Amino acid sequence: MVNLIDIVLMGLLLITAFAIVRMRDLFAIVMLFSIYSLASASFFVNLDAVDVALTEAAVGAGISTVLMLGTLAMTRRHEERRPRQPHLLPLFIVAVTGAVLIYGTLDMPHFADPAAPIHQHVVPRYIEQSGTEIGIPNIVASILASYRGFDTLGETAVVFTAGLGVLTLLGRFGRREELSDGRSMYHDMILRVIGKALVPLMLLFALYVQFHGELGPGGGFQAGVVAAAAFILYSIVFGWDRAQKIISPFALNIMMACGVSLYALVGVAGMLLGGEFLNYNVLGSYPAGGQHLGIFLVELGVGITVAAVMLSIYFDFAARLAVRKLEGE
Amino acid sequence: MILVILDILSWICLLTGSFLGISGAVGLFRFPDFFTRIHASGVTDTMCTVLIIGGLMLQAESWQMVAKLLMILLLLTYTSPTSAHSLAKSAIRGGLRPTLGSGD
Amino acid sequence: MYIAATAAILIVMTLAVIRAVMGPTLYDRILAGNMFGTKTVLLIAIMSAVAGRADMVDIALMYALINFIGTIAVLRYFEYWSEEEEKAES
Repeated sequence: MVNLIDIVLMGLLLITAFAIVRMRDLFAIVMLFSIYSLASASFFVNLDAVDVALTEAAVGAGISTVLMLGTLAMTRRHEERRPRQPHLLPLFIVAVTGAVLIYGTLDMPHFADPAAPIHQHVVPRYIEQSGTEIGIPNIVASILASYRGFDTLGETAVVFTAGLGVLTLLGRFGRREELSDGRSMYHDMILRVIGKALVPLMLLFALYVQFHGELGPGGGFQAGVVAAAAFILYSIVFGWDRAQKIISPFALNIMMACGVSLYALVGVAGMLLGGEFLNYNVLGSYPAGGQHLGIFLVELGVGITVAAVMLSIYFDFAARLAVRKLEGE
Repeated sequence: MILVILDILSWICLLTGSFLGISGAVGLFRFPDFFTRIHASGVTDTMCTVLIIGGLMLQAESWQMVAKLLMILLLLTYTSPTSAHSLAKSAIRGGLRPTLGSGD
Repeated sequence: MYIAATAAILIVMTLAVIRAVMGPTLYDRILAGNMFGTKTVLLIAIMSAVAGRADMVDIALMYALINFIGTIAVLRYFEYWSEEEEKAES
């Protein structure tokens, strides 16, 4: 039965990908991308990779769709129809590259082969020792935040840089209070009531995912995305100017920087207390307690940065749209 | 004894839910107009969801799972009619009109 | 029993994708996308019931929230874009 689900989901992915390539209507392509992300998330759940599935569902189908739509609203709706010349040279190069890559994978061990090198050294160490050394049930969280904590610091810095990049490109506009994006969904009372009722539930769920990440699927990234999605929902239903009064871009900038700094400061605290950078063992009176505290703070830092960056990117896009509307009038 | 009753009830719920889901999907495929397709999609969103999650709740292994499934049910009941309403309203504002019958 | 329910949901998902690819207007595609989302929630709930783990239901819960936001965002931006088009033409 597991194989049946795999085959059907892969088939759906193929149909969707083919339709994305062939269609010209960009709004429809955005919807198909969201369907593609969902099918991928179900596929990951089937493979028992729950953390990845949670992140894929939140980021791929939620935030990614909203940001692509924000971009589309600034450009045209239909792709241009290109002339139908056969492009033989690019096709040849792509085919040769693909064939070489497939030939390269023939030498690798089979999928889930117990004799593969990764299953001999690294994986048994993590699975057997993670319980005693770190003491949290979710091994993925312990690998992400403690064993490979330096990589996660780099990822958080990348997210922060992306937020900075969008901020620099889409710019700052002066008197923001005058800008309004029309509030075109405000007249719909049902949506207003439901939207207003869902926002606190989503924030509560974001906190749950953040702090439950040590015990089940979850963690900083997913929690940040859900928190940003709650504010984006409010902003869509009630208008961008009202959302800005609740959480201003200045506060978002501070939050972006605070998250990464918190992560780095935990590392420096490890150094000051006598260990190496990002060594959590020295943070508490016994090593597992220090690991708990370190992972808690580090995930909090990641969550704050991701939420602030997602929301800041969305606000930048919405500011662009509002300015265009103002100039168009 | 009560386990057998729960088993039979959840069988009935899951199978009825599956049947309603398939009938809704076939309706989505074959109905002629967008506004009728919203109705077909609504059947799957409400009855199919309630029956399948109800069937799963009867077979759940811990109270935690029952509580989480109940939350999913409440959330879906809360948001899917709103989505359908917004979609229909947006379609009317966008200029789509239902195809009317030829009259009696 | 679970096999029958899973197979039924997979059939519904396939038909939803076909409608999303085929649908003549954009609204058909949004409707199909929304329906695909709720069916994914059900599929993940069934898979977690089969596996017996209660923590996989969190994914379904998150997905139910995100699906709603995706649909509302598409409608908002499509209306925004249509208003702009009308102003540009008039």
